[in-house]
Amino acid sequence: MSEVIYMGEKNKKLSEKIEELSGEKITLCEQCGICTTSCPMADDMDITPAGIMRYSQIGDEKVVDSEAIWICASCFTCTVRCPRGIDLAKVAEALRELNLRKNVDHIDVNHLDEELNELPAIAVVSALRKFTS
Amino acid sequence: MQKFPYYPGCTLKQTAKNFEKSAIASARAIGIELVELPRWNCCGAVSSLTSDEIMRHVAPIRNLVRVQQMNDEGMLENEYRLITLCSMCFNVLKRSNMVVTGDAEMLHTINQFMDTEPDYEGTVEVMHFLEILRDVVGFDKLRARVKKPLKDLKISPYYGCTLLRPKEVGIDDAEAPTIMENFIEALGGEAVDNPYRSLCCGSYHTVGENKKIVAERTYKIINAARRNGADVIITSCPLCAFNLDNRQKLTKEMHPDFEYMPVLYFTQLMAIALGKEEDAGLEDNFVDPRPILRERGFLGVKQ
Repeated sequence: MSEVIYMGEKNKKLSEKIEELSGEKITLCEQCGICTTSCPMADDMDITPAGIMRYSQIGDEKVVDSEAIWICASCFTCTVRCPRGIDLAKVAEALRELNLRKNVDHIDVNHLDEELNELPAIAVVSALRKFTS
Repeated sequence: MQKFPYYPGCTLKQTAKNFEKSAIASARAIGIELVELPRWNCCGAVSSLTSDEIMRHVAPIRNLVRVQQMNDEGMLENEYRLITLCSMCFNVLKRSNMVVTGDAEMLHTINQFMDTEPDYEGTVEVMHFLEILRDVVGFDKLRARVKKPLKDLKISPYYGCTLLRPKEVGIDDAEAPTIMENFIEALGGEAVDNPYRSLCCGSYHTVGENKKIVAERTYKIINAARRNGADVIITSCPLCAFNLDNRQKLTKEMHPDFEYMPVLYFTQLMAIALGKEEDAGLEDNFVDPRPILRERGFLGVKQ
C-alpha cells in the first residue's frame, strides 16, 4: 500500500534548497536506515540520520532546527555505507549552513570553559568552521 | 637523502610538536628529508561540503602553489608529491585538490582570485606519510632499517575518520584497512584488533559543552583496545590524539573504572624502533608512555 504525501509550497522550497546546497539528490533515500545503524553519534541525536533524510525529503522545518545536525561531525561513515550513494555528510552540512547563513552561531567562542591555546589548533578551527558563520 | 615537500599544518607547531619532531627524525633515518613549505597557511582543518563553496578552497590550494614554487625555484627536483602528517590536513588538501582539478571553471576562478600568486596547475599529489612508507619506501625496506624491533609490544592502531573517508580521499580500504597494521608489523610490533579503530572520536566536539561525547568515545575505543590486550594505541591525527590522550582525564572522572592507556603518534614508535629515541618526544604525551616502554626494554638505560 502506498501513501501520497502532499507537500505544501513551503515544504517543497525547503526540500529543494537542501538539494541545491548539498548537491545531493535526497529523494533517492529509501529509508533503509544503514546510516542510523552506522552513525557513531546517533545515540546523542534528537532525530536519527535516516530521520534527517526523511524530514529533508518532505521539507519539514523540524530538521533545520534539530540538534542532530550539529552533533554530526562529518565522519563520513554513512557516506561510505549508503547503498543509494547519498553523501549524507553533505546534507547535514547544508542543514547547518541554512542556520549559519542567517548569521546565527551555534557556539560562543568567547565563553569556553577551556583556554583556546590548550586545545589543538585543528579542534578550534574546525569547531569554528562548523559552528559559526 | 630524497627530498619531499612537507606541509606541517598549525597543530604540529602547537600541541603536536612531538609528532613533527619524531616524524622528521624517523624520515631522516630512512633517507627522506621533509622540506617544509615556505609561507604555508592553515588549510582550514575541515572541508566545506556545500556545493557553492569556492572560497574555502583558496587556503588549501594556495599551499599547493607553494609546492610548484619550490620546484620552480630549485628547492626540489621535480618532486610534486606533498607529504602531510596530520590526517585532517591530509584530507582537506587532498579533497580540495581533487575538487579543483576536476572542475576547470572553479580552478580558473580560484586562480583569478589569487592574483598575486602563480596559477595552480593541478600538478601536486597530496600524500600522507604512511602512504609514502607503504608505496614509496616499502614496508620491507622499513623493516630492514629497524634497529630496535618492538618485540611483543601490543599496539592498537587507531585510524579515525580522515585517513579513510570519504573513499575517494582515503589511503586504504574504508572498511577494512591494513596499512597501520602492516606498519606496526614492519616495526616488529604486534598489531591488535580494535573494532573501533575507525570510529569517530568525536572530533571538534572536544571544544565547548559537548566534550562528554568525546570522553564516551574515548572510553569505548580504549576499553576495546585493552580487552584485546593492547599496551598502547597509535594514531596519525593530532585531534584524535588529543581526544584519546588528554581527554582520558575527563573519561576517568565520568567512569571511575577506566584505566589510562598511552596514546602515541605512529612516528613516535617509529623513531624508537629506528634508534632515534631522543627524538621521539615521549615527554609531551599526556598519559606517559615511558614507563611501559622502559619496562619492555625499548628505552635506554634507566634514569
